[in-house]
Amino acid sequence: MTTETQLKSEHSVEELERVTIRFAGDSGDGMQLTGTQFTRTAAVFGNDLATLPDFPAEIRAPAGSLPGVSGFQISFASTEIYTPGDRPDVLVAMNPAALKTNLGDLKPGGLLIVDKDEFEPTNLKKAAYDTNPLEDGSLAGYQVVPISITRQNELALEGLPLSAKDKFRCRNFYALGLILWLYGRTLDTTIKWATEQFKRRPDILEANLRALRAGYNFGETTELFRVQYRVPPAKVPPGTYRHISGNEATALGFVAASVLSGLPLFYGSYPITPASDILHELSKLKNFGIKTFQAEDEIAAIGAAIGAAYGGHLGLTGTSGPGLALKSEALNLAVMTELPIVVIDVQRAGPSTGMPTKTEQADLLQAMFGRNGDSYVAIVAPCTPSDCFIMAIEAFRIALKHMVPVVFLSDGYLGNGSEPWRIPDISELPRIEWKYADPQEGKFNPYLRDPKTLARPWAVPGQKGLEHRIGGLEKSGETGDISYDPRNHHEMTLARKAKVDRIVDDIPPLEVIGPEEGDLLVLGWGGTYGSITSACENARKRGLSVASAHLRYLNPFPANLGDVLKRYRKVLIPELNTGQLALLIRGRFLVDAIGFNKISGQPFKIAEIEGKIDEVLGLRDEYVLEFTRSAGVSGG
Amino acid sequence: MTAPTVPNDGLISADLPVLTRKDFVTDQEVRWCPGCGDYSILAQMQKMLPELGIARENIVFISGIGCSSRFPYYVNTYGFHSIHGRAPTIATGLKTARPELTVFVITGDGDGLSIGGNHLLHAMRRNVDLNIILFNNRIYGLTKGQYSPTSEFGKITKSSPYGTTERPLNPIRIALAAGATFVARSVDRDTKHLEEMLYRAAKHRGVSFVEVYQNCNIFNDGAFAAFAEKEVRAERMVYLEHGKPLRFGKNNEHGIRLNGFTPEVVENAESDEGLLVHDAHAENITLANILVGMDYPEFPVPVGVFRDVDAPTFDQLVQQQVDEAIAKGRGSLEEVLRSGETWVVE
Repeated sequence: MTTETQLKSEHSVEELERVTIRFAGDSGDGMQLTGTQFTRTAAVFGNDLATLPDFPAEIRAPAGSLPGVSGFQISFASTEIYTPGDRPDVLVAMNPAALKTNLGDLKPGGLLIVDKDEFEPTNLKKAAYDTNPLEDGSLAGYQVVPISITRQNELALEGLPLSAKDKFRCRNFYALGLILWLYGRTLDTTIKWATEQFKRRPDILEANLRALRAGYNFGETTELFRVQYRVPPAKVPPGTYRHISGNEATALGFVAASVLSGLPLFYGSYPITPASDILHELSKLKNFGIKTFQAEDEIAAIGAAIGAAYGGHLGLTGTSGPGLALKSEALNLAVMTELPIVVIDVQRAGPSTGMPTKTEQADLLQAMFGRNGDSYVAIVAPCTPSDCFIMAIEAFRIALKHMVPVVFLSDGYLGNGSEPWRIPDISELPRIEWKYADPQEGKFNPYLRDPKTLARPWAVPGQKGLEHRIGGLEKSGETGDISYDPRNHHEMTLARKAKVDRIVDDIPPLEVIGPEEGDLLVLGWGGTYGSITSACENARKRGLSVASAHLRYLNPFPANLGDVLKRYRKVLIPELNTGQLALLIRGRFLVDAIGFNKISGQPFKIAEIEGKIDEVLGLRDEYVLEFTRSAGVSGG
Repeated sequence: MTAPTVPNDGLISADLPVLTRKDFVTDQEVRWCPGCGDYSILAQMQKMLPELGIARENIVFISGIGCSSRFPYYVNTYGFHSIHGRAPTIATGLKTARPELTVFVITGDGDGLSIGGNHLLHAMRRNVDLNIILFNNRIYGLTKGQYSPTSEFGKITKSSPYGTTERPLNPIRIALAAGATFVARSVDRDTKHLEEMLYRAAKHRGVSFVEVYQNCNIFNDGAFAAFAEKEVRAERMVYLEHGKPLRFGKNNEHGIRLNGFTPEVVENAESDEGLLVHDAHAENITLANILVGMDYPEFPVPVGVFRDVDAPTFDQLVQQQVDEAIAKGRGSLEEVLRSGETWVVE
């Protein structure tokens, strides 16, 4: 088999540190699978990598149309990387629509592989091309490699007892085989996967493997490619690794919280993009004692989670922005009854329905303030797909110890993005402390607070002698009886706030990457970690005095945040919103933080943040965001 | 590390206590208006609870918002006064997490059928083992007198000075349509009957829905007086009993029969022959639907159990899936973290 002979071929081999590839095609072309398979191979090979899928909003847009284009971007490297890459070095376009929607992102001079068989009049018209871009000279700025993928795939599959349609569907494996060859990868991982996946369909297996090998062999024998590329393995800490998406890591983090605490997990959720995968994952794991509840609406989902928390279990609910809006009244009930629930918000773009499949981080102020009355909850935010695992555990650690609702702010970029993850030892994970109320004689006071944390006791039904009544009406301190007493309401409001503030003693300080003091601090939160960290690293390589810090705890802020902010002449806060963290930082610390805001439904590119850094440091004129017309992924 | 075992097993006390009505009275001053029908419902509930033989700590009352929803403060069990319309959601979560508890939902016509209509519907269709008691006074009391989803068409209230232009809902019909497995109706003043309905609701496994006609003597006084007053009750209400013909009147002299799908009053029916015989256990809800269509003054108002059938409960089915999954091997965190493709970096 050719897999062992790749380096003996006559092509020269060029070594690269990092490559970014985007696979783009019709949503029926299997681009997500192609990307995933390439990712597995790169991961097993030992590259560091990051990926980002980009699905069309429509489940089945018309074949060949612009809205039907689906993309998958992977960046893989021999060094540590934090993002799926700004602009692809390579674009694989399976039809004219895929070319049209993704070309704007391809690097100038980048490698463009197209299935030339699909550039026929009908498809060109669907993609609104007046002339064939393969022939009209409009692609002159790229290394275009037109390949007859459809036809060659057909030939490779000749004689197999499959329909023409089924054969056509193997084209993605032809393209995959070709790209695997181009980067000197073996077919082993894909063959192993396909053999397992299609074990009940030997005919489909055979067709896919033939297509895969045909693509690979084409690379080997054609003279279209003069070089093969090699991206050596990255130096990463030793351990056992797996690939994980943010939503998977979130689900597993909450499973871990259940195992670590010894309390059963209850997950109430209503299907919503992009959070539904968490429901899918958790609903499979019943052997962990997890009960999932697909509620009739967002309100019922959080109501049920509150009910489970009242019953002494881990009450969890998950949603995206519009769902958080619907949950706000019930979240306030958890604030008032001081029950330890966790609310996941996988943020998406825009107000109202907005752009459900696109990312944004615009729910920070909703999480912080989006409820009636003076209402305080704790807020945590993971910063990478795998960090979702740790922050999920953190969310319940805080909720249970402090008897407080916690909002877990993920986003579509983190949830759908994925990266290799060193599987942690269970012993490395945080401890989760909790206790039910102690049994007692005489009247039980459900609001008698712990003097240190101000947490109230967690008395759960079934505990004898602790029968009590709670609710959304203001309570009298200690007894929990209904109270309209003016002083009591004043004190209870301050106590609920102080309880959240005191969590500060229980969370780690903010870590700074780069100089301890200097010209500029770039402060971020959530899914922008990768692009901010990379941009600041690049700036330092250019000799600039730039540090970065990323907030994973947003309420309360880490204790040292005020000090950190003071150590830099300027503070820049890039956010995928109009300046929500910046507003909090300016209000809390009276720091003249500079906002850098992008609200396009796409993550930051590294270059964008570098551009803004240069502007803030006076090294260039005003940096203006440029928006490509691409509907595809933009790394960052 | 493996998945947790349910830690509540040890919390449930095994010894069945001998309790009295007083054990279910709290130290809270009851704050309903004097003369409110809610007092009677509270009293019958407190009288009934000791008969269940369930320890106080294993009983939970969950309510929404409205006059009726103050109820949990006055019952000395676990109690949760939640937010408007959402009591069924909290109760569903609690009962699903902790199927061993006995959970009551206290709601009203506004709370349960207006703002919380969706939740009530879904709790009933899922057959969560909850006891839902809906106090129907056909008015908004706590907000001082606006019409409710059960107010009669044309009713003049504070928010409908020219009369309402909305047709009312019939709560029993909603419960039947949603597939509730136990559906009953009673009246606040008919204390013995009310207590019996509460008891049977609590004993039923699966969702129980009890509509209680409850008089709001401030904003809708006498809403049910025409048929529910003691003096006229026998003539104007018909008590549904499974397997028995529908009879009413001071001396049970009148009956109800069916003409096709239409009920008819048979005055002075000497024999039971031809009279409609109640079947509360029928899977088919057609008969119950015919009965619920009977209204005063054309008919005596039916009270009692419309429907009482057995079906697996939601909480039970969820627990069963969990138990079966665990029986095949309790989840291991180490293993699930390593699921899928892994690779080792030396």
